[in-house]
Amino acid sequence: MSKSAPTFAKSVYELLSSMRFAISLLTVLAIASIIGTVLKQNEPYQNYIIQFGQYWFNVFEWLGLYDVYRTHWFVVILAFLVLSTSTCIYRNGPRMLREMRSYREQASENSLRHFQHYAEFSSRNMPLDALSGYLTGQGYRHKQRALNNGGATLLAAKTGSANRLGYILTHSAIVIICLGALLDSNISLKIQQAFGFKHIETRDIPQSQVPAASRLSPSNLSFRGSVTIPEGSNADVVFLNVADGYFVQELPFVIALKKFYIEHYSTGQPKSFASDLAILDKSTGKTVLERTITVNHPLTYDGIAIYQASFGDGGTKLKMHGWNLLDPSGKSFEVDGAVHDNTKLGSDNQQYTVEFTDFRPFNIENTGDASAPQQDARSVMGGNAAADKKNLHNVGPSFQYKVRNAQGQAREYSNYMLPLLFEQRWYMLSGVRSAPNEPFRYIRFPLDAQRSLDGFMRLRGVMLDPARHAEIAQQFATSALPGEAVQSGMRAKLADSTQKILALFAGGGYPALSDFIEKTIPEIERDKAAQTYLKILELSTYEAYHIAQRQAGAPEPETDEASGWFIRDSLNSLNDIFFYGAPVYLQLASYDQINASGVQLTRSPGKNIVYAGSALLVLGVFAMFYIRERRLWLVVKPGQVLLAMSSNRKTLDFETEFERHKQQISKIVKE
Amino acid sequence: MELTQNAPHESLFKRLSWFDLLFTVFLFGGAAYAFTLYGQYMDAYEKGILFSAAAGFSWFGWAWKPVRPLMIAVASLSLFAISLYHGDLTRADQAFFLKYLFASQSAVMWMSTLFVLATVTYWISLAARSAFVAKVGTALTWSAVLMGLTGMMVRWYESYLISPDVGHIPVSNLYEVFILFSIITALMYLYYERLYGNRQLGAFVLPVISAAVGFLLWYTFDRQAHEIQPLVPALKSYWMKIHVPANFIGYGAFALAAMVGIAYLLAARGILASRLPTLRVMDDLMYKVIAVGFGFFTIATILGAMWAAEAWGGYWSWDPKETWALIVWLNYAAWLHIRLVKGLRGPMLAWWAVGGLFVTLFAFLGVNMFLSGLHSYGTL
Repeated sequence: MSKSAPTFAKSVYELLSSMRFAISLLTVLAIASIIGTVLKQNEPYQNYIIQFGQYWFNVFEWLGLYDVYRTHWFVVILAFLVLSTSTCIYRNGPRMLREMRSYREQASENSLRHFQHYAEFSSRNMPLDALSGYLTGQGYRHKQRALNNGGATLLAAKTGSANRLGYILTHSAIVIICLGALLDSNISLKIQQAFGFKHIETRDIPQSQVPAASRLSPSNLSFRGSVTIPEGSNADVVFLNVADGYFVQELPFVIALKKFYIEHYSTGQPKSFASDLAILDKSTGKTVLERTITVNHPLTYDGIAIYQASFGDGGTKLKMHGWNLLDPSGKSFEVDGAVHDNTKLGSDNQQYTVEFTDFRPFNIENTGDASAPQQDARSVMGGNAAADKKNLHNVGPSFQYKVRNAQGQAREYSNYMLPLLFEQRWYMLSGVRSAPNEPFRYIRFPLDAQRSLDGFMRLRGVMLDPARHAEIAQQFATSALPGEAVQSGMRAKLADSTQKILALFAGGGYPALSDFIEKTIPEIERDKAAQTYLKILELSTYEAYHIAQRQAGAPEPETDEASGWFIRDSLNSLNDIFFYGAPVYLQLASYDQINASGVQLTRSPGKNIVYAGSALLVLGVFAMFYIRERRLWLVVKPGQVLLAMSSNRKTLDFETEFERHKQQISKIVKE
Repeated sequence: MELTQNAPHESLFKRLSWFDLLFTVFLFGGAAYAFTLYGQYMDAYEKGILFSAAAGFSWFGWAWKPVRPLMIAVASLSLFAISLYHGDLTRADQAFFLKYLFASQSAVMWMSTLFVLATVTYWISLAARSAFVAKVGTALTWSAVLMGLTGMMVRWYESYLISPDVGHIPVSNLYEVFILFSIITALMYLYYERLYGNRQLGAFVLPVISAAVGFLLWYTFDRQAHEIQPLVPALKSYWMKIHVPANFIGYGAFALAAMVGIAYLLAARGILASRLPTLRVMDDLMYKVIAVGFGFFTIATILGAMWAAEAWGGYWSWDPKETWALIVWLNYAAWLHIRLVKGLRGPMLAWWAVGGLFVTLFAFLGVNMFLSGLHSYGTL
C-alpha cells in the first residue's frame, strides 16, 4: 500500500465535508437554477431553433439547457451535495451528540479562569444547595463533581442542548429530501436510455403504434405524465414529454372522461374546471370508481394521483356554410367538420385542405387572440383588473381552422359565429394570419338589412363577375344621367368608364384603382380623379346591389344612410377579400360541442419521504435558531465562588444573560 | 443602551396575567361564534385553520403583549365597519365612516398616509435627536398597522358582499400582498424596536414600507388593482390562507434585515453613527431577523410545495417561482452558515443582507414580470 493513498482519501474526505465545498456547490446549483428560469424549459425544439439559430441551438442542446434540472451534470451536482452533506453529518454528528450529552464537568478551574465570561465572588459559606437550586430554576441541568483541591465542588450546567440537534436534523433533512426526490425522478429511465433499452419517440403517430422501446410498463416506479381525453372517450396511457419527443407510459387502469365543464362567476371569469371521471378495470372494463376532479382536488387511485391540468376541444362537430368568395352565384354550400379533423374542399383548379384546429363556446374578450389550443387550468394568472374589466364581454363562439393549399402552405383563420356590433353596424368577423406568432387581422363582412350575410354575398357575386359589369354600368349611367335631355353619347361614355372602374376593382380592389390613376392621370388632377372614381364606384355598387337583390327575389335596398354604409362596408370588405388568402369563408351555422380534459397522472413514491424530510428541516431550523445552547460552570470553594459561561452563539442575549446570572449569583453568595 | 430582551426565566405560562387569559377567551369566543355562523360552509381544513388561528394569535399575544390591544382594536373597528354595511356594498360610498375611514379602500389609503408620515417623523427624530418625535413615529406606525389590518378585514368582508362565491381572504393578488407586506414588515420592526428599546432604525425601515406603499398607490390609481377580483380556480384552496402569510413573514424579515444592513454600512463609515444604535446591536438584529425570516420562509416554501402537490401535480416542478424561492432560501442558508459556522461578522454580512433584498425582490416581483410560469400573479 502506498503511503499517499490514505492521504489522498483523507483530503477528499476533508474537501467533501468542508463548508467551503458545500457553499461552492450551492452557488453552482443556484446559477444553474437561474439559467433554467430564464430559458423557458421543455419547449418544442423548433421554438429554440427559431430563437437561437441552428448553431447556438446545438450548443445549448449539448449543454442540456432545455431541461436543465434533469441533465446529467445537474443531477451530479445534486449527488455531490448529498454526498457532501452526508460526510458533514458523519464527520460532525457524533461529536455533536457527545457534546449534547456532555456537561463538560472535566473543566479545570484554571481553564475556567480564562473564559471570556468569567466572574469571581467571595462568599461567607458554601451555598452549594442554593446555587444548585438557582440553576435548576433557570432551566439549567447540571452535574456536580468534587474537585481535588481543598473541598471545592464544580457545578457544570447546560441548557438548550437541543440546539445541536438542530444541526443534525437540518442536515439529515437535506439528505432525506434529496433521496425522496431522487426516488421520484426519472433516473431509472435515464439509465435505460443510456444503455439503449429505451428510445424517445419523436414521430407523431397513433399511440398504439409506438414501439415497445418507447413504452414504459405500468410497474414503472415513478412517473409524471399527461393525456388529453375527449368527452365520452378513455385512455390507458399517459405521455411523458422528454426532450423533443415523448414516452408512452402504460397505466394499470383505464380513465374515462364522462364530462368536462367550466363553471363561471357572474362576471364571466372561470370559477372551476371540473372533469367527471370514471376509473375502469383494465381487464374487465368494469367501472370501479367514479369521481369528479377539479383543480386543487385531485383523485388518488392505486397510488397514482390524477389531476385536472388543462382543457381543450375534444373534437366538436361543426356545421358550416361555405362561401366560395370567387363564385359569382353568391350562394353557399354546406360543410361538415370536426375539430382536430380535416376536410377537403375542391375548387375547379385547386384542392384545399381545411384543418379544423379549435372551437371555443365563448370568448370573454373583445376580439381576443384565441391562439392557445390547450389551456392550462392550473395557472394562477389573476390577470390585470383593468384589462379584465374591458374584456368582460362575451362575444359568443368562435372556431379556428387552417386552409392549406396543394403546395402545403397554410393560413390560419379564426371566425366568430355571431355577428359583432361596431359603430352601430353588424358584421361577421373572420381573422386571418399566416404564422402562429402573428396576431389575427380581421376582415368584416357587413350584414344586410335583414341581418344576414346573403346581401353582401350576392353583391359580391355580381361585383366580382366581369360578365355583369356592363349591365351595372348601364344601369348606373341611366340613373345618374336620367331624362331625354342628356345626350346618349355622354351616357355611353359614363357607362364605359364605370365598366372600366368596376373591372379594375374586381381585378385587385382599391390598390388596382390607385395604380391605374397613378399611371394614367397627371399628378395635379389625381386627387380629384380619385374622388370621382370612388364616387362612381360607390354609386355603381349601389346599383349592383339593386341588381343582385332583384335577381334573387330579395327586397331591394332603401335609399337611406344604412344602405350607404352597407355599400361602403361592402366595398371595403370586397377589397379585403384580395388579401384574405383563401377562396372560401366558412360561417359556423351550428355545433355540437365535445370538450377534452387534460389530466396529469403522477406516481410519486418519494413524496412522503420528502415531506418527512421537510418536517425534520423545519424542526431543525427552529432548534438551530431559537434554542440557544449555553453552558455555565460554578466552582464553589470555601469563601469563594467562581462563575464561567460559554455559548456556541455569541449574541447580545448571551451577554445580558451572563450579566443577569452574575447579579443573581452575587446575591445568593452574600446570603 | 438598555436591553430588555433578557428572557425572564419563568415559563411563559407563569407570566400570564388575567388580561392574557381574557384575550384568549375573547379569541376562542370569536372563533366559536364564527364557527356557529359559518361552520357549515367550511371544510375540515378551514375549521382547523380557524381554531389554530385562535390558538396561534393567543400565543402571539402572550409572547408579545401589544398584540392584544392591537387585535382588539382591529376587531372592534372591523366589526363597526361591517355593521355599517347593512349587507350592501354601495354603502362604502355613502356611509360617512365607511367613505372616509373604514371602507377597505379608505382604510388602505389611511394606512398608506400614516406609513409615509411615520417615515418622515422618524427622519425628523433622527435629525433632531428627539426621543419624543421618535415616539410619535412609533405611534404613527402602530396606527398605520391598525388601519391596514382593518382595511384587510373589511376587504375580506366586502369580497363576500360582491357575491358569496367571490369571497376570499385578501391575500390573492399583488395588490393585496403588498398591503400584507407593509403590515408584516412594520409589525416586525415594531417588535424589535420594543425589544431593543431603540427607535432610531425606524428611519431606515419605514422607507422600504413607504416604497411598497408607493407601488400600492401607483397600482391603485394607474391600474385600478384595488378592485376585488374573483379567485382563479388554481387559487381556490385553503392552502392560500397559510402559504401566503408565511411567505410574507419571510419577505418582510428579509426586507427589514436589508434596511438594517444599510444603516449598519452607513454607521460603519461613520455616517449617522452617533445617531444610530451600535454596530453590535445592528449586527445582532440583522442576524435575528434573518433567522426568523429564514424559518418562516422554509415553512412557506414547504407549504408551497405541498400545495403544488395538490394543485399542479407535483411538489416540485422547477417552476420559475419555485426555483427562485429555492435561490432565496439557499442565499440566506449560506448567509447563516457563514455567520454561525465561520463566525464572520461586519460589513460583508451587511452588504450580503442588502444584496439579499434584491434576490428576494426578484423572487417576489421579478419572476412575475420577466419569467413565465404557473405562478405569475398578473403582470404589471
